Amino acid sequence: MSTEQIPALRLENIVKTFPGVRALDGVSFTVMPGEVHALMGENGAGKSTLMKVLGGIHQPNEGQIFIEEQPTVMNSPLDAKAKGVVFIHQELSLADELPVAENVYLGELPRKSFGRVDWSKLHADTDEILKRLNVGFGPKDLVGDLSIANKQMVEIARALTVDAKAVIFDEPTASLTDAEKSVLFEVIEDLKSRGVGIVYISHRMEEIFRISDRVSVLRDGQYRGTLETADTNEDEVTQLMIGRSLDLSRNVQHGELGAVALEVRNLSCGNLYQDISFQVREGEVVGFYGLVGAGRTEIAETLFGLRDPTAGTILLDGKETTIHSPIDAIGAGISLVPEDRKGQGLVLGMNCRDNMTLPQVDDMTAGPFVSDGAEVAIFDQYRDKLEIKTPGWKQLVGNLSGGNQQKIVIGKWLSMHPRVLIVDEPTRGIDVGSKSEIHKLIRELAGQGYAVIVISSEMPEVLHVSDRIIAMFHGRITRTFTSDEVTEDNLVQAISGITPEQGAA
Amino acid sequence: MQKSVLKNHAKEGAIWGFIVLELIFFGIAGEYMSMTETAFLAPDNMILLLKQSAPLGIIALGMTIVMINGNIDLSVGATFALCAIVMLDSMTWPILAPLGDWAIPFAWGLALLTGMLMGLINGLIVWKTGVDAFIVTLGAMLGFRGLVFMYNGEQPTFHLNWTMVDIAESAPLGIPLPILVFAVCIAVVWWIMNRTVHGRNAYAIGDNREAAVNAGIKVGPHMVWNYVLIGFLAALSSITFYSESGSVNPNDGMLYELWIITAVVLGGTKLTGGRGSIIATVGGILAIQLMRKGLGFIGADTAMVNLVIGSILIAVLYLDRQLNRKGEEELKI
Repeated sequence: MSTEQIPALRLENIVKTFPGVRALDGVSFTVMPGEVHALMGENGAGKSTLMKVLGGIHQPNEGQIFIEEQPTVMNSPLDAKAKGVVFIHQELSLADELPVAENVYLGELPRKSFGRVDWSKLHADTDEILKRLNVGFGPKDLVGDLSIANKQMVEIARALTVDAKAVIFDEPTASLTDAEKSVLFEVIEDLKSRGVGIVYISHRMEEIFRISDRVSVLRDGQYRGTLETADTNEDEVTQLMIGRSLDLSRNVQHGELGAVALEVRNLSCGNLYQDISFQVREGEVVGFYGLVGAGRTEIAETLFGLRDPTAGTILLDGKETTIHSPIDAIGAGISLVPEDRKGQGLVLGMNCRDNMTLPQVDDMTAGPFVSDGAEVAIFDQYRDKLEIKTPGWKQLVGNLSGGNQQKIVIGKWLSMHPRVLIVDEPTRGIDVGSKSEIHKLIRELAGQGYAVIVISSEMPEVLHVSDRIIAMFHGRITRTFTSDEVTEDNLVQAISGITPEQGAA
Repeated sequence: MQKSVLKNHAKEGAIWGFIVLELIFFGIAGEYMSMTETAFLAPDNMILLLKQSAPLGIIALGMTIVMINGNIDLSVGATFALCAIVMLDSMTWPILAPLGDWAIPFAWGLALLTGMLMGLINGLIVWKTGVDAFIVTLGAMLGFRGLVFMYNGEQPTFHLNWTMVDIAESAPLGIPLPILVFAVCIAVVWWIMNRTVHGRNAYAIGDNREAAVNAGIKVGPHMVWNYVLIGFLAALSSITFYSESGSVNPNDGMLYELWIITAVVLGGTKLTGGRGSIIATVGGILAIQLMRKGLGFIGADTAMVNLVIGSILIAVLYLDRQLNRKGEEELKI
């Protein structure tokens, strides 16, 4: 990189606030042409907000975006693309029923007279781009028939239809195999050699050190520094990412562990996860940590009867149990606090009491009528127990804060007296203050003898609440840690598939 | 990839296989159970069947476009009746009546304009309000039908112009005119959907609306154009039918939308949009008309016909779902 070169993309002091949150707090960031600049940070550190600002979905409150040192305003994703900033999204935005060529030139089909599509130009142009990418499919293949990796190639091909100054890859390898990754990295090298600036967002240290030139780290919406990849190591980057949270992991007070409440043996479900075995004891919190798509949520859905496993057994209190539906699961004493609280956990238009008694309203009847008194009694009991802050049971759940909504969901299941409580992403979308309350609650529930499974994408959270941590990668358990042996480093390694060694259970 | 290509071919061919089965069944059953002397498969009977398929078929082409686009139009039956009234009544207006036979093209033009205007209204409301197309066109169905009744109360509207009847009953090259109109519509609509930017964008919008918006496709205007097209086709269908009969009842065209949607879905067009074929819709229309006519031919009454077609529709969609299942890791309901 010579010093006379002007940056492909430069962000200066970007501030973005949402009501009550300072999502981005003065972030500056420079990408040179022909550079792979990795952007790292925990979930919630502000990476996705930064990308939305860059892509024109959000407008920054303060700060300025420069493309080749020209001040630029991004009005929409389309506008950003026209100005040379192209995104390769994690969630693919393709039309499955259409062929590759029409997806690559979506919205920009070449025209002839009378609004006809210029098919020969479309296919020739697409073919040229596909050749550059060296892929094994053609312009006329249906996108719906392609593998995820190839669909991603279609997205990349789309980026190549414009004269891109900067290409942003958002967790591009989340669902790729090793072989597919190598192809992707070759494509990135190729873009690099053509002088395109590349922003590479990933959690995976191995990849960052393999392909990036520099690494920038965000934490809590703030810029924490940029390191030359060649001069740094994983520890230093992790230190920047985790920062003050490092000591949280040592806060677990072990309770008395009882008998094994839940045991899973060699559970598999198609290609979602394979050969999963673990135990959870009474009074124990077991944390599941892994990247999105590692199969954690799918395991929870299986235990709750939403998916049928293709192999393996589930044992409750040592007895083999078959669970085909949530009704079976509830009857067996398994409850699930789902990941998507508003979509799957609550009926937002119903009041607090009715939400809480939803699974047992059948049992609370006097003759054919639902007994109001019994319902209110249950609600009062768990409101006090969980310290739910609401003006009264008539309050619509949709009007409560995230933390109190989560407590309603937890209360709903506690009132069913479960043995095993599965909590998927317990604090997603919940503010910092309420987070620690929920964490405390989870520890207390374990203290009362519930067997608890916590699934989380936030490392500090898993470290904080779990007695044991099960790390997953690509649908498999890579390692099980006790709270004494876990460190941020070996945990990150285990979920990135770097050292697939089997730890002691 | 090979397997899924095969599967797609099998699915697109299925409707034609079904038609062949119907022909064989009614051909044989007709020999034993028919009340009449003529064979079901007699050329005259088949030509009549095609002619009777034309009015529903022409509208079904429009419905296919709108459904590929991710919308639906429940108001076509009412538009069909309304256009007929405009066409027949306008010929008696003081301004057109003195023109004699020259009033015919103007009457047709007015009917087509009416259909396009109704489509434009639907399209604009769907685009600008963001209200679901099902609800908008359900309202339009009631509203347009209201206009039909406001026009002449419970009375039929009629106007016989023998020149117009002659034109409608003509058969150039021995093929009845409605069949020719239907054939031209099939060709043009197929061309629009498969060869023009508008048609390809309509597919993209129905398949993944968000992706289409992000790619800068002007989703709203495309939807409006498709509603104008279906309105035009409903009017054209009305013209081919009522030029011959010369009389329209205020209840005419009721339930047309349901027969048409049934045919389109039988042809494999997805209710959620993104997938559908003009040619397969023609197959769907022929399959339904064969079933109606064939069952009538062997002595079944309308009630039986409805029961059979309803059952077949559900069975077909169930089979389609089984073919398209993602595998055992699918989330249960």
